Amino acid sequence: MSEPNKSTTNEKVRPITQLVLGAVFGIAFGFLLQKGGVAKYHILMGVLLLEDFTVIKVMLSAIIVGMIGVFSLHRMGLVQLHLKPTRYAANILGGLLFGVGFALLGYCPGTGAAALGQGNYDAVSGVLGLMVGSYLYAEASLVLSKSVEKWGDRGQLTLPNLVGLPTLTFVLGFVPLLAAVLWAIERAGSGG
Amino acid sequence: MHQQGEKMIDAVSQKSWSPYVVGSLIGILSWFSFATADKPLGITTAFEHAAALTWAAAIPDMAEQHPYFAAKRAEGKPPIIGWEAMLVVGVFFGALLSARLSGDQNRLWVPPMWERRFGPSKWKRLSAAFLSAALMMFGARLAQGCTSGHGISGSLQLAVSSWLFISIAFGVAILTALAMYRGQGVQDV
Repeated sequence: MSEPNKSTTNEKVRPITQLVLGAVFGIAFGFLLQKGGVAKYHILMGVLLLEDFTVIKVMLSAIIVGMIGVFSLHRMGLVQLHLKPTRYAANILGGLLFGVGFALLGYCPGTGAAALGQGNYDAVSGVLGLMVGSYLYAEASLVLSKSVEKWGDRGQLTLPNLVGLPTLTFVLGFVPLLAAVLWAIERAGSGG
Repeated sequence: MHQQGEKMIDAVSQKSWSPYVVGSLIGILSWFSFATADKPLGITTAFEHAAALTWAAAIPDMAEQHPYFAAKRAEGKPPIIGWEAMLVVGVFFGALLSARLSGDQNRLWVPPMWERRFGPSKWKRLSAAFLSAALMMFGARLAQGCTSGHGISGSLQLAVSSWLFISIAFGVAILTALAMYRGQGVQDV
């Protein structure tokens, strides 16, 4: 399976199987984002103006289905979890900056790439901006990693850990709750 | 078999699918991404690596000596062209494919809704997009994820970081959008 000779040819490029897999998943993801309409400016602004809940419907469906599958696979020992560390200050400040930029741009990073694919040329400028934002973060990371990112650093923390419930119990309660939110949104939408 | 084939063609040529179908399929895609690549679906890492590699190519000496590269090497996560980068390239082509098959291509520089509120200026939209994208990505890097990495992949794993980030990001985005459009809606702007 492993081909060490391939991975050593160029340390900046991963083995071909990983590249192909990444492209296949990306194509499927981009295809779905476009079909869901969530790469469109007016749909993304629609949710932010609290008028069109397509984005919430897509995200919550993905979270519910993904959660059931990933935790089942995890219990069977087939997958590992990849939790981003909880760092209260960095998560909150990052969320604030992200939120302002997201509303002004009208695309998020993934839907920006999809928007460009479907012919929204303004996303070209967005993609360049994303690169610059990454560069600026790398420049600032030395300072940030010694300050903001240390404040309230709780490591890998999950909602079940936080409330002190076993993961299975939490998931069994949380999935119906998220489904109820979707149901309420659908009902409110059809009533108005 | 023939009928099934026609149904498939019918589905891909539709301009939009039910958000519940799309969301569920993204959820299933995430199972396979964990199972085959041992990675959650996420976009921001690729931009970090792309920026770092561009930087390293432009001014190799300065970039290689920069503490950022040293820190990433120490973490065992040096910038590379890997699964994450191909994921983003794939998203572009996947959306292109979907839009082509359904004739849903926009070919626009300024979104009509933006134009009705802020005017037809291409440069105004492009400069606003550039600056806001930079701000957004800075926030995403600081929080270590975006709408995909935190919003979907992190939320489905019940990470506190992800639910906190995405709640604040959407809350602030809603306030910003309401201020931008000043009570005008999607239709009547």
